[in-house]
Amino acid sequence: MRNIPPVVHAETPATLSLERRGDLVRIVAGGDWVTPEASRLDGELAHLEVGDAGAVEIDGTAISTLDSAGLWLLLRTRYALEKKGVKVSRFVVPERYGPLQETLERDGPVEPIVRVPRHYSLEHFLARTGKGTVTALRQGYDMVGFLGRVAVETVEAFLAPRRELPFPALVHQIEETGLTALPIVGLLAFLLGIVLAYQGADQLKRFGAQIYTIDFLGVGFLRELGVLVTSIIVAGRSGSAFTAQIGTMRVNEEIDAMQTLGLNVTELLVVPRILGLVIALPFLAFFADVVGIIGGMVMTYLDLGITIPAFMRELESAITLNTLLVGLIKAPVFAFVIGLVGCFEGLRVERNAASVGLLTTRSVVESIFLIIVCDAGFSILFSKLGI
Amino acid sequence: MADARKDDIAIRIRGLVNAFGDRTIHNGVDLDVRRGEVMGLVGGSGAGKSVLLRSIIGLNKPKAGSIRVFGQETANIDAEDMRGLQLRWGVLFQDGALFSSQTVAENIQVPLRRWTNMPHALMDEIAAVKLALVGLPKDVGRLFPSELSGGMRKRAGLARALALDPELLFLDEPTSGLDPIGAALFDQLVKDLQKGLGLTVFMVTHDIDSLKATTDRIAVLVGGKIKVGTFDTLIRDPDPWIHEYFSGVRGRAALGA
Repeated sequence: MRNIPPVVHAETPATLSLERRGDLVRIVAGGDWVTPEASRLDGELAHLEVGDAGAVEIDGTAISTLDSAGLWLLLRTRYALEKKGVKVSRFVVPERYGPLQETLERDGPVEPIVRVPRHYSLEHFLARTGKGTVTALRQGYDMVGFLGRVAVETVEAFLAPRRELPFPALVHQIEETGLTALPIVGLLAFLLGIVLAYQGADQLKRFGAQIYTIDFLGVGFLRELGVLVTSIIVAGRSGSAFTAQIGTMRVNEEIDAMQTLGLNVTELLVVPRILGLVIALPFLAFFADVVGIIGGMVMTYLDLGITIPAFMRELESAITLNTLLVGLIKAPVFAFVIGLVGCFEGLRVERNAASVGLLTTRSVVESIFLIIVCDAGFSILFSKLGI
Repeated sequence: MADARKDDIAIRIRGLVNAFGDRTIHNGVDLDVRRGEVMGLVGGSGAGKSVLLRSIIGLNKPKAGSIRVFGQETANIDAEDMRGLQLRWGVLFQDGALFSSQTVAENIQVPLRRWTNMPHALMDEIAAVKLALVGLPKDVGRLFPSELSGGMRKRAGLARALALDPELLFLDEPTSGLDPIGAALFDQLVKDLQKGLGLTVFMVTHDIDSLKATTDRIAVLVGGKIKVGTFDTLIRDPDPWIHEYFSGVRGRAALGA
């Protein structure tokens, strides 16, 4: 970028010359002393040698245009000479720039801004690691606290006689997070079914075992992939929306307003979102299972020539109701994780717009991470239980 | 450019029309801003002050009418000419609009880095000069915008607007959100800089103290049109809104001060 010539040009180039008369040195400036010329003048002034002059005059009467950068260069030269003990007997710029000179001189010799070097020492690295660890642990601790609060509020919302669940909000959340996610979840599950069937068939064909593509597809989708893919999409779609919505309300002071009006933020904002998602996600996951298997069926028909009745017979022998349930049982848990993380991060937003973006990103990454951790936990649990 | 310099008018607006949907904001606005003056723009909420400002600086495309800045029509201008204009004006947005990922000094240096080939050392000096100009201590240069108070952010934003020594300065509600003392100091700063740097200032404001302290002339947006006058003539204006504005309780307090 620095090699691009500047687009701003001075109309007449700035000039700088040195005249010696006895032990008096005159620095004569002329032309346009403006920002575009500053870098050249800066270099020329650096090479200026006044030697052992008794006095120096800085004469800018021939300057046609002067701006603050140009004037600063002249003033800087004067300050530097004075600091060296050289007497500056005269300093003139055209009269019309008097106010400008007055303005800049008022601030005196300003020191340049010192750049803060960005250092990457081992110490720095360790400090960052430690800080990161403490932050992560503290956040985990806070999130457990939030989990407890949500649990209590949810139970209270059901039990306390005076309060009731905000049902319209709950239904709205089910629609937002479930119904409107159908197209994207369906499309991705269908495509994933096609990809899996194609890859499975390709490998199994080598053993002549291509019929087992269907087993692979059925078990893989129902136990793992359907719910996992759905959860990841929903984390990106709804988890981020929760954080952004609640975070924006935080920036707007809406959360503060609710609190001062005696409204319960957790009950009104968090519980409907989490509950809505817990209700919607199992249905979405089931939908993904069905569509994914249809995708696989299309592919096995096209690639292996397996007809639909044959596919169905093989599928029936490969899976049981348990296969489906093992997958779907995970959906409410994942939904809870997404909702919890989304709302938790939303409530942590600070009162600036950048914070909303930052925490929304973090919310998605965290919920996907936790979903996969939970999934691994389920796998271990099921294998111990022998399911 | 040479012709434009001789011209006495910095901004000339004729028959400007702005409408959003079926709501007409500006209905034939005419306005001249002279070189070297401080022009204040007032109007009720939703009267289109910000829209007018945004139209002049090219962020909003007007429906009809002509806007000339330094004699150049901004409506159908090509990118190159627009850039030429942009380098001759500076804009201070309401809350400074500093780039949050950069320090204050880096913010001030953004235009210098892009449009000049100054060496780093000189840029650091110029940034310090600009900071001193707007009355900020030099340590502020190393801070990030989020570490500044509202008043400091505005001053830093002003320093960035002045980075390339513009001829024309746009201020969007420069004193909003400042306490009266801070606002008065900012008014004084604008006035000093205007004199010192020979600026033309176009200022959107709600602050009647600020209007009285800094402006040479005031443009009032009422009913989609503009009425121009000085503080003293507008006080006697028969228009009910203008009358209310300048002679209301707040107005009287400003007059008494």
